[in-house]
Amino acid sequence: MSVEEAIIEKSIKKNGNFLIAVLQDIQEYYNYLPEECLIQVSKKLQIPLIEVYGVATFYQSFSLVPKGEHIIVVCLGTACYIRGGKKIVEALTKELNIEPGSITKDKKFSFETVSCLGCCAIGPMVLIDDAYYGEMTPKKVIRLIEELKR
Amino acid sequence: MPKIIVDGIEIDCPAFWTILDATNFIGINIPTLCYHKGLSLWGGCRLCIVEIREGDNTKFVSSCTFPVQEGLFIRTASQKVIKARKMILELLIAQNPTSKVLQDLASKIGLRKIRFKPKWENCIYCGLCVRICEEQMMANAIGFINRGDKLKITTPFDKNSEDCRRCGGCMYICPACTLRCEGPHPESVLCNGCYNILQPTCLELYENYSCWMGLKGECGTCVNLKKNEEID
Amino acid sequence: MIKLHSINEYEELSKKFNGSKNSNTHIISISSGTCGHASGSIELEEALKQAVKGYEDQIGLKSTGCHGFCAAEPNVIILPEKIFYKNLKPEDAPYIIQSILNGEILDNLVINENGIKYPYIHEIPFYKLQRRILTASNIVIDPQNIEDYIAIGGYKGLIKALRMQPKEIIEEIKKSGLRGRGGAGFPTGIKWEIASNQKSDIKFIICNADEGDPGAYMDRNLLEANPQLIIEGMIIGAYAIGANRGWVYVRDEYPLAVKTITINVNNAREMGFLGKNILNSGFDFDIEITRGAGAFVCGEETALIHSIEGKRGNPSQRPPFPAEKGLFGKPTNINNVETWANIPKIIEKGAKWYANIGTERSKGTKIFSLVGNVKNTGLVEVPMGITIDEVVFDIGSGALNGKKIKAIQTGGPSGGCIPLEHFHLPIDYESLKKAGSIMGSGGMIVMDEDTCMVDFARYFINFLQGESCGKCSSCREGTQRMFEILTDITEGKADEESIELLEELAYIIKATSLCGLGQTAPNPVLSTLKYFREEYIAHIKDKKCPAGVCRALLTYKINPENCTGCGVCKINCPEGAIIGEPKQPHIIDQNKCIKCGFCQDNCKFDSIICEI
Repeated sequence: MSVEEAIIEKSIKKNGNFLIAVLQDIQEYYNYLPEECLIQVSKKLQIPLIEVYGVATFYQSFSLVPKGEHIIVVCLGTACYIRGGKKIVEALTKELNIEPGSITKDKKFSFETVSCLGCCAIGPMVLIDDAYYGEMTPKKVIRLIEELKR
Repeated sequence: MPKIIVDGIEIDCPAFWTILDATNFIGINIPTLCYHKGLSLWGGCRLCIVEIREGDNTKFVSSCTFPVQEGLFIRTASQKVIKARKMILELLIAQNPTSKVLQDLASKIGLRKIRFKPKWENCIYCGLCVRICEEQMMANAIGFINRGDKLKITTPFDKNSEDCRRCGGCMYICPACTLRCEGPHPESVLCNGCYNILQPTCLELYENYSCWMGLKGECGTCVNLKKNEEID
Repeated sequence: MIKLHSINEYEELSKKFNGSKNSNTHIISISSGTCGHASGSIELEEALKQAVKGYEDQIGLKSTGCHGFCAAEPNVIILPEKIFYKNLKPEDAPYIIQSILNGEILDNLVINENGIKYPYIHEIPFYKLQRRILTASNIVIDPQNIEDYIAIGGYKGLIKALRMQPKEIIEEIKKSGLRGRGGAGFPTGIKWEIASNQKSDIKFIICNADEGDPGAYMDRNLLEANPQLIIEGMIIGAYAIGANRGWVYVRDEYPLAVKTITINVNNAREMGFLGKNILNSGFDFDIEITRGAGAFVCGEETALIHSIEGKRGNPSQRPPFPAEKGLFGKPTNINNVETWANIPKIIEKGAKWYANIGTERSKGTKIFSLVGNVKNTGLVEVPMGITIDEVVFDIGSGALNGKKIKAIQTGGPSGGCIPLEHFHLPIDYESLKKAGSIMGSGGMIVMDEDTCMVDFARYFINFLQGESCGKCSSCREGTQRMFEILTDITEGKADEESIELLEELAYIIKATSLCGLGQTAPNPVLSTLKYFREEYIAHIKDKKCPAGVCRALLTYKINPENCTGCGVCKINCPEGAIIGEPKQPHIIDQNKCIKCGFCQDNCKFDSIICEI
C-alpha cells in the first residue's frame, strides 16, 4: 500500500464517508492536496473524480499547490480592514514580491489573505504558522518576516 | 390536487408539479435556459422567475423548481417580472454576446441596451452540459470547479478526461455554443436582428396587468390605445 | 470522571458542589481565548504560575475563555472581589500576587477612563450596561473541566426538561419569544414545532457555528469559554424535536474552538449527558463535530447541509425547508450557537423570566462584537432595546484617537450601515430592519470620519463576489458588475448614470437571487446610498474622496518648508516620480505618481501631504 493509500484509509476509518473531513486530513498531512490523493479518494469513496475535484476547489481551506515553509495569513475581515489591513497586504506584497495567494520562488513563504480570524477587537491581525499577532503595522510585520528570513 | 391561480387562470395540479409544469400545461410561455425536461432541476439561470404572493407582498421564485401549493397565486409576466428578466438577460448577454439563444430571447423580451462591459466568455454556467454528462451519459467527465467570480466548467485538473467518451452531448445541449449569432458587433453587443417594434403592450400601460396572450400585444387588445412610440 | 446514571445522581453531585468547589480563598481568573493568546495571555499565565509558588493554598489560577473586554487583554479578574486588572505584562505577575496577599488594589493596573479609576467589574463603563446572562460565567469556568459547569448550576435546565413532555418544552420556547440569533430572527419555538411535527423516525439537529461574518466572533467566544452551555441546549432541543443525532458545524478558521468543543463533547459523553439512555430517561442522543472548509455561503442552512453531505456548498431553493427535508433527506433543525446557548436558562428559569428581558417583539439579550474605530472593543451582551448610543458611547467609550464617529455597520456583508444621527434607535430586530440594516449575527463595526463609505461598500461586494457559490446568474454576475461600478466610482471613472444602474442592479439582485447571500448582497450598497449619497456624488461629480481613502482621487504633494532633501522618498518611489537635488526640496511629478503612499510612509520629516 502506498503512503497516500495508507493516509486515506486511516482517515476513512476515523471519519466515515465524510468527503470534506477526509480531504482535511490529507491537507493536514501534506499541507496541500496532491493530485494522486484526490484520485485515490475518488476510487475509495466511490465518488466521481470531478465531484472530488469540484469540492476540493470550492472551499478556500484547500490548496492544490504545495505551501511554503512559513505560511503568512493576513486578515482582511471588516474590523481589520478598517484598521489598516490593506496597507499590511500592500507592504507584504512589496516585501515578498508575490501577490496574495501565491508562494515565493524559494518556497520559503506562502502569502494568503483570509476573511476573518475571529480576533476582531485587536486587529489588524496576522497569522504566521500557528502564532497570532495583533495590532500589526506594515513596519512590525516586515520585521517579523526579516527575522524568519534569517 | 392543489389548486393554483396563474395569471388569473385556475389550475388543478398533481402535487408533484412545479409552477413551470403547470404553465407548460396550459400554454403560457415562460423563458428558460437551464431547464430541460430530460434532466434534473437546477434553478440557476433565474430567467424563469415569476411573481408569487406572500402575505401582503410578492416575491420572485424560479418557476422550474418551485413546487405547487394549494392557493398559490402567480403572475408570470407582470411589469416587475419583465423588468427583472430583462436585467438578468442583460447580465447574461454581457457575459456571452455570441449566443443566438440569448440574443433571440433578448429580442423577444424587448431588451434594447446592454450597459455592462462585454466579457466575451463562452459559458453562462447553466450547467446543462454537466447534467447531461452525468445523468444521460453516466460519464461524469465534466463539472463545476471553484466558485464565485472564478467559477468554471471543466474536466478534473483541466486535463483530457478518460471518462469522456466524446459523445458531443455537452455541445448539443449548450445554449451558448449551439448556434452563433451573426448579429452583434463589438461596438453594440446587442443584435436585435429579429426585434419587431409593435404597439405598446398592456404591460407598459397597466403596472399590474399580466398579459397571458403573448408578450408583444399579439392579442391586439391594446393596439388602439396609444400611438406608436419608441419602446424603451 | 464520574459517570452519572440517573437524575438523582446528578442532583447529589450538584448539591455536593453547591456553588463552589474551590478551596482557595482567592482565584486569579486569566482571560485566555484566541485573542487572549494573541495578546500574550499564555506568557502571563506562565509568569503567574512562577509567582504564585508557595502560596498555592491561598491563591489558585484559572485559565478561562474570553472575559469579553478584548481591548484590555491580557487581563485577569481577582475573585471573589471581582477586581479587574488590564493590559498586563509578565513582569506584573509578582506584584499581583503580593497585592492579593496584602489585601491591596494595584492602582496602575485598573481601568482608567477620563481620569477616573474603576477597579471593580460592575463599575467599569464597559461592563456596567451589559446584562451578561450567557457570558457572565465565562469568568469562573475552566472550559476543559465539566465539573466547573455543574458547580455553577449547569445541566439544571436539562434535568427540568427531561421531566417535561417534548410539546411542553416547545411551548415554553415559543412563550419565551426567543428568535434565531444567526441573523434572520425567525421564532425558534415555531421552527422547533415544524420539525417536531414531521413524521419521521430519523431526525437531526445542527448547531451552525460557521460564523462567516467578518468582524463577528461571538460564537467563537461561546464555544471557547462555555461549550457545555451549547451542548446542554442541543440535548434539550433534540429531546423536544425527537432527534437522536446532532452535529456542530464549526468554521475551519477557529482551531481553538474546534479543539474545545471536541473535548467538551467527549467530557459530556463520559459523564453520561450524551449517548444512550441519557440519565436513565430512555432518550438517546449524541453529537458529532464537523469542520467547515472556508466558505461564507456555508453559513446558509441548505449550503451547510450540502457541505456536511460532502458536496459543493450550493444552496437549494426552499421549499422544501430543512425542517421538512434536510440532511440526508431527513427533517433537520438548524440553529445558531447563541440560539442554542439561550435554551438551558429559558427552561431552567422559565419563559416568563426570559420574556421580561428585552422589548415586546425582541426578547432576551444579544451578544455583539463591538469592533472598529472605537475605544473599548470586545464582546458585549446587552438586553434588546438598548440604544446604539449607549452601546457605542457608554459601553464603548466613544471614538478611538479623538476622531468623529460616522456610522456603525451591523449584520456583516448582509447588513447595512446606520449613521450617527440615528444612534438613538433601540437595538431590536424591527428597528434595525426599518433603518435599512439587519440584526445579523452580531457584528457591530464602528466607523469614523476616516472611513470612505463607497470604499466600504466596495470592500463588502468584493468579499461577496468571491464567496458567491456561482450557481445563480443574479448573484454571480450581479455582484461582479456591482463591484465593477463601485471600482469605477472610487477611481473617478464613473458618471451620473452609474448610481442609477447600481441601484437598479441592486434591487433586482435582491429580488431574484436564489439564496440569502444573493438576496442580501446589495444591502451594503443600498444602505450607504441611502445615508451617504453625497459621498458617492462627490466621487462622481467632483472626483474627490471626502474621507481621503480612495487613492486614485488623492494628490500627494511635498511641503517645501519641511523637506530636507534627504532623498529617501525618491529612492523608494516605485515609479521614479519624485525629482530633486540632494538637500533641495523635492517635487512629485503628478503625471507619474500612482498614489501608492510609500513616500509618505517613509518620510521622517513629515513633509508629504495628502490632499483630498
